[in-house]
Amino acid sequence: MPQIPIESVLIQVLNGLSSGMIFFIVASGLSLIFGVMRVINFAHGSLYMLGAFLATAVGAWVAEKNLGFFVALLIAPLVVAFVGVVLEFTLFKRIYNKEHLLQLLLTYGLTLILADVVRIIWGGEILRLSLPEFLAGATRIMGRRVANYNLALLVVGPLIAFGLWFLLQRTRWGRIIRASVANPEIVSALGINTQWVFTGVFALGCWLAGLGGMLISGRASVSLGMDVEIIVQAFAVVVIGGLGSFTGALVGSVIIGVTVAIGTLYAPSTAQIIPFAIMALVLILRPWGLFGKPER
Amino acid sequence: MLLQVRDIHTYYGLSHILFGVSLEVDKGECVCLVGRNGAGKTTTLKSIIGLAPPKRGVVAWRGQPINGRAPHWIAQQGIGFVPEERAIFPNLTVWENLDVARKPSTTGEVRWTVERIYDLFPRLKERSNQLGGTLSGGEQQMLTIARTLMGNPELVLLDEPSEGLAPLIVELIGELVAQIKAEGMTILLSEQNLRFALRLSERAYIIDDGKIQFSGTTQELQNNPELVEKYLAVH
Ligand SMILES: Nc1ncnc2c1ncn2[C@@H]1O[C@H](COP(=O)(O)OP(=O)(O)OP(=O)(O)O)[C@@H](O)[C@H]1O
Ligand SMILES: [Mg+2]
Repeated sequence: MPQIPIESVLIQVLNGLSSGMIFFIVASGLSLIFGVMRVINFAHGSLYMLGAFLATAVGAWVAEKNLGFFVALLIAPLVVAFVGVVLEFTLFKRIYNKEHLLQLLLTYGLTLILADVVRIIWGGEILRLSLPEFLAGATRIMGRRVANYNLALLVVGPLIAFGLWFLLQRTRWGRIIRASVANPEIVSALGINTQWVFTGVFALGCWLAGLGGMLISGRASVSLGMDVEIIVQAFAVVVIGGLGSFTGALVGSVIIGVTVAIGTLYAPSTAQIIPFAIMALVLILRPWGLFGKPER
Repeated sequence: MLLQVRDIHTYYGLSHILFGVSLEVDKGECVCLVGRNGAGKTTTLKSIIGLAPPKRGVVAWRGQPINGRAPHWIAQQGIGFVPEERAIFPNLTVWENLDVARKPSTTGEVRWTVERIYDLFPRLKERSNQLGGTLSGGEQQMLTIARTLMGNPELVLLDEPSEGLAPLIVELIGELVAQIKAEGMTILLSEQNLRFALRLSERAYIIDDGKIQFSGTTQELQNNPELVEKYLAVH
């Protein structure tokens, strides 16, 4: 094993944590949609990709890079959420109580369609969102340069986690969502339109996918194929953490982000296998994930 | 007439469960629907609230048909449903269970607030921050009733509140229902426990195999032991 100074390892942990934050944002959306509607949305990664492409497009359209980034931050996830509402209304609401195979067919079919839509609109270009000056630079930590953007992600991730926690635990909307997880029929018999609850949750889940995509577009180049890459990562995260659990999504994301980052230092060619090795281990020892509950 | 159910036929998938059930509930009444296990009591209540919409027949609320509408819409017209088997939200606290169900009456009044509920059910007040799933059977039954009251309904469909509870707790639940009735609430009570049902109601229907077999005052039912033997005795 190569000798690597401890500072490099620590810096790499920081970078891994910041990747973990993006995984968390995407995986929490996937987990939320599964937790409430019991649908595993394979197209979640496609919505992430859509968010990334939209962000670069909005950034290019605004042209002024300080402003462009923030306009993209505002608009791209919202547009993705809106796409989610349309998909929910036209397609997903028909498959909530159907068998998993049907859900798989629909959502997998959607990934193919959305990939083509992105290809048609953006033509397979490799794009990137320009960052405002204060985010584009780097900060010296322990004598090494760490991208400011990665440090900002370390703030955004916990903010999103707190926001979601607050929404679900401390607002009436969150209470209605949790009640709908337990018993949607009774919720509707209490006078609440659960269809709207589901649409809202779906939109929020898609917003998170779009936000993840927007955030990654400021850090890495955006290209076709990123949909598959992220959905695989997000699945590893939720399998490790437990589908439907927020804590699980957070812990799973951090585990994957950090282990891959450190693995890259020591064995760059095999680091990408790490998530799946951990996933396999969790599946053997605790099939419902670290924070999940065994299926009823 | 506040509620009229006329000749409804309800199915679960292909199985035909209700065969022309008709019943009526007038404002301020407490009417019971008694019958054995599997007689169709729950299905009748679910047909009214819209969870098991009837294929044929009419459910009329203040004279207007409401069958075929979504459950949330029907609930918003002032019909409250208290499910059987104490179907509280186990992952929510007692207070949260109540808060989810909060809505004003159709006329915009809020008679039932959390404070009033806690006055009537002091046990729930003590358990306010506890998860619903940790409550005892009797407390969960109180919570399902209280939760429905939070929606300020005019009619409560109360499904087997005494089911599976110890005699002393059944007694307590009976007193609470009597208190709610005394506040002027209209109640359609489904029960297997005849003694419990008759003490609270003025009129009774017997349901068996998805058909109404008797309709009359509780007095008439009590004076007719053959009916009780035929349709309600456990063999
Ligand atoms: N979801 C369902 N699918 C198919 N059949 C059902 C379903 N629910 C109830 N049934 C059947 O419908 C019939 C009437 O059931 P229902 O629940 O209305 O009876 P009940 O009078 O409420 O009985 P209990 O006292 O056991 O609650 C029974 O034969 C039952 O097996
Ligand atoms: Mg029943």
